[in-house]
Amino acid sequence: MATTEIRITGFGGQGVILCGYIIGKGASIFHDQHATLTQSFGPEARGSACSAQVVVSGDRILYPYVTAPHVMLAMSHDGYITHKDSMAKDGIILYEKDLVKLEKLGPKQKAFGVPATRIAEELGRKIVLNIVMLGFFAGATDVMPAESLRKAVESSVPEGTEELNLKAFDRGYEYAVKGSKTKAEAEVA
Amino acid sequence: MKADPKNVLTGAHYLDGNHACAEGAIAAGCKFFAGYPITPSTEIAERVSRRFPLLGGVFIQMEDELASMNAILGAAWGGKKTMSCTSGPGFCLMMENFGLGLMLETPTVLVNVQRGGPSTGLPTLPGQADMMQAKWGSHGDYEVIALAPDSPQESFELTIHAFNLSEKYRMPVLIMTDECVGHMTEKVVIPEADQIDLVERRFTKKKPGEAWPYDPADDGGISPMLPVGEGHRFHITGLTHDHRGYPVINAEAHEQNVRHMIDKVVKNADDIIWLEEKDIDDAEVVLMAYGISSRVMQPAIAKARKEGIKVGQIKMVTVWPFPEKRVRELASKVKSLIMVELNCGQMFLEMDRCAAGKCKTGLVGHFGGTVHKPEDIYKAIKESIK
Repeated sequence: MATTEIRITGFGGQGVILCGYIIGKGASIFHDQHATLTQSFGPEARGSACSAQVVVSGDRILYPYVTAPHVMLAMSHDGYITHKDSMAKDGIILYEKDLVKLEKLGPKQKAFGVPATRIAEELGRKIVLNIVMLGFFAGATDVMPAESLRKAVESSVPEGTEELNLKAFDRGYEYAVKGSKTKAEAEVA
Repeated sequence: MKADPKNVLTGAHYLDGNHACAEGAIAAGCKFFAGYPITPSTEIAERVSRRFPLLGGVFIQMEDELASMNAILGAAWGGKKTMSCTSGPGFCLMMENFGLGLMLETPTVLVNVQRGGPSTGLPTLPGQADMMQAKWGSHGDYEVIALAPDSPQESFELTIHAFNLSEKYRMPVLIMTDECVGHMTEKVVIPEADQIDLVERRFTKKKPGEAWPYDPADDGGISPMLPVGEGHRFHITGLTHDHRGYPVINAEAHEQNVRHMIDKVVKNADDIIWLEEKDIDDAEVVLMAYGISSRVMQPAIAKARKEGIKVGQIKMVTVWPFPEKRVRELASKVKSLIMVELNCGQMFLEMDRCAAGKCKTGLVGHFGGTVHKPEDIYKAIKESIK
């Protein structure tokens, strides 16, 4: 069965690992897929470019690391630059519009941007930008049903913050679904 | 005996190998944990430290690994199921008292989440290069039991199994996992408590004053322990001792003492050794591996099989004691045996020794820091049938 490799990258502290955790949980607990999350550890993962990798598949995942991600969620320019060259030739880059300056893509690659930080700020807490990104991911890809990922968000965020986080998720999702893809593609440099 | 429902987080969780290991220990009834934090094992201690206060367990962060190892032995004699976790450098420091645990015949579980070494090496990256240290790291002659999980699910299950083996054979049991499995997050299904079988500690039925700490069991099996706080006054020592636990410093007592420690593993090897074999019947080449390497070799085996190469495989769930008998049998049947491991050839030496020249042997080694590339394993399979 198809295997999807996903890389989430950003600054340490932006919720990069949590993003990976929620994608993996959504796929394996709230959907019928296997999902393996690995992450970068060590000083490089604390404060500077940080990344989490998720492999999602219908079959048991035997090789745990990503090799050429099909999807990248980029929440920082550094992270994007560090990892862009390892992307699959037909990979999709989902990026935070105000933080990542997109460079030239491969002929078959696609990129869609979302002002996740601004949306998070409108909701009152900048910290939920990673969850806006997850909503955007749910709307822009077909890795799993949006509802599976939404349930994973609800069950993973700190108690008392579910409502805010679900709002953030829904706003990201709406941005992906309602925002015309042609328009998003037009933004590609 | 079944697990206590209070200790079992029944359900489907998304956990990394270290957290799953901690849940396995808790489900097994572990109530004492002493450790010193070290990457990449710390999450085990962290989870235990958060969960124990709710369950009546005792967690102590010790001053170092020497003290940690001693504390889990002491608490085991105090009647609890105990565990510690560490990685390479800490494993080195624990070796002396690991030997004490063997000599005292103390049930406990020690987890080594292996990273690259020697010395501080690669704290955040995987290795499987402590396998011989697990067997020979303490001085003297002895046998060990060591298990190697390949996933968070197995980290949970094998931790329970390690506790059961430690109680059954009254000795420390090692879990030799690695950074990749420890830090990999996957679905872990924790069953209902009544689906988890536990081996409980055997205590003497004799009255205080009549029992010794190493009295042979009535059935000739492993001696029952003495409960504390019930009037038994006894002495135990790392010195060579008799059944009373008193030092006896001569060759005869030493032979009896060491032979007993070795025999309980060697004579029960068939019960302890756990192998998962696949496609062995028609195999010309058999790959052996354990832990993460047994998983990473799968795509290479599948590719070779697809091309008509008759490849079989053995996943060693237990790495020690080594499956000598099985390797000897296979060596006279197959063309080639290959060990896949994240070191420069450790369990390979055991496999090669047991093959005794009856078939070709090969190693797909790796210096660690990541896992094998499936292509490298595939190349070794192709090479072996030339």
